Parts: sequence; C-alpha cells; structure tokens
Amino acid sequence: MLITRKAEFSASHVCAQPSLGPEQNSQIYGPAANPNGHGHNYVLEVTLSGDPDPATGMLFDLKKLKDVINAAVVEPMDHRFLNYEVSPFDTVVPTAENLAVEIWSRLVPYFANDARARLHNVRVYETSDLYVDYSGEDGGAA
Amino acid sequence: MIHLTRRYHFAASHRLHSGHFSDAENRDLYGKCNHPFGHGHDYVLEVCVAGPLNPGTGQVINPRKLDKLVQESILKDFEHRNLNLDVPEFGDLVPTSENIVFVIRERLERNWGAAFPGAWPRLERIRLEETQRNVIELNI
Repeated sequence: MLITRKAEFSASHVCAQPSLGPEQNSQIYGPAANPNGHGHNYVLEVTLSGDPDPATGMLFDLKKLKDVINAAVVEPMDHRFLNYEVSPFDTVVPTAENLAVEIWSRLVPYFANDARARLHNVRVYETSDLYVDYSGEDGGAA
Repeated sequence: MIHLTRRYHFAASHRLHSGHFSDAENRDLYGKCNHPFGHGHDYVLEVCVAGPLNPGTGQVINPRKLDKLVQESILKDFEHRNLNLDVPEFGDLVPTSENIVFVIRERLERNWGAAFPGAWPRLERIRLEETQRNVIELNI
C-alpha cells in the first residue's frame, strides 16, 4: 500500500554551473540561468510504502510524517535562496532533479529503522507543468 | 534513475465515429461523442522521460529540447485543430484518447533519435487527460 503526503515551500534559485560562462549556462538552462535568481512555489509529494498496522489501521502516523517533512525539508528550504542558504546547493546546481535527490537523502534516515514504512518515492513539482520523481538509486518510480 | 514529467496543453475537437459500425451502432457505442459536428476538449498531455542524472548539468534532460520536440511533433499539428479533419493519422482512425496516445507515441518516437541521439533520456510514459475525469496512460 502507498500513502502520500503533500507539502509546499517557496524558494528561489539560479541554475548555472560556476565553471561555465553566462552564454553557455543560458544555452543549457535558459531563463533559469539568470544570475539574480527567480522563484517557484514548489510542491512536494512524499510517498511511503508498506502494510498498515492491523491494530491502528495505519501505515505511518500522518501527523508524524508532516512533522518529518517539515523538519527535513520545509523548515530549511521555505522562503530561502537555495544556492546561498541550503546545502549542498552552494556547489550543486539546484535543478528539480537535484532537489528531488537531496530531499530523498534528507528523508531516508527517518524511515531507516521503521518496522513498516519505507520511503517509496519523492515527487517535486517545480511548476504545475513540470515534476520529477526519484525513488533512490535502486528504485524505479511507479 | 530519475523520471521527469512535463505537462503540455492543446485544445482540439474530434468526433468519435467508426467506419466498422452503422450510424445507429456508432450512436449507441459513442453516445454524445458521436454527435455529427464534433466537439472539443482542452487536452493535457504529460510526457515522462527517464534517465540517469547528468552530474555536470544536474539534469536528466534539457526541458527546452523536450519542449521543442513536443511542439514540433505534436502541438503544432494538434493545437486548435479538428483531429479528424486536420491530422492525417485520424483519417481512418477514430480519435479516441487511446488512439491519440498511440499516435503521439509514434510521432515522438519517430523524432526522438534526432533530438536525443544517446541511449538516454528515453521516453517512459505518455499520459493524456481528455477531461479531468478521463485519463489514459501508456507505459512505453
């Protein structure tokens, strides 16, 4: 069984590689390479998999999941400039892809010792028309 | 492996009517979708691609190249068109959402190699929303 919780955060970013010049970055990233940055209302969907506990009827405490997402992602990233304020985006380009990988790695430890719930997928909507799914190095997103 | 999905929009009209059946059978089969002058939808097309993360760019795909491919392969011919009359594939093929998805796959695959010559990224899934309640998915 899969269970998904949604969260939102707003942040700004610049997509550019420091080793490249403005023209090359603009070729790769388009307007997202604008050095002063721009922002998005990111929407995050965190999906857990597992079997519900027969006694509680729950796969994972949803309030706790909300707290985990807040602590691991929303609190450090909401209303921040990712490149300047959120590690590792001082050196890693904060594309939606890299953001999904980073969010996955921040969330994984919270479920490492859980008897039931496994982190199944992280979906990051950069806009309503563009999203990325990441299920870990071994995973294939559904 | 990362999956990236991009959503595109096009408005088009169609009429569901199959040459395999009589007029009465078509009316029975397709209901109001068989009305003779056709009708329209605001379609939403999702194109999902899969690939490894390029450590340099931090990307799976250049989304602007994908936009260009979808624009030239699909949207330029489908946007504000009558699918039955304006898109040659639907001359004899009923433009149900299922068939539209097959046509979209064929068009994307035909031009994929020219836009993305390497092994990655590859086309992973096509999803078409005819309305918010009618959704067709094809895993490639």
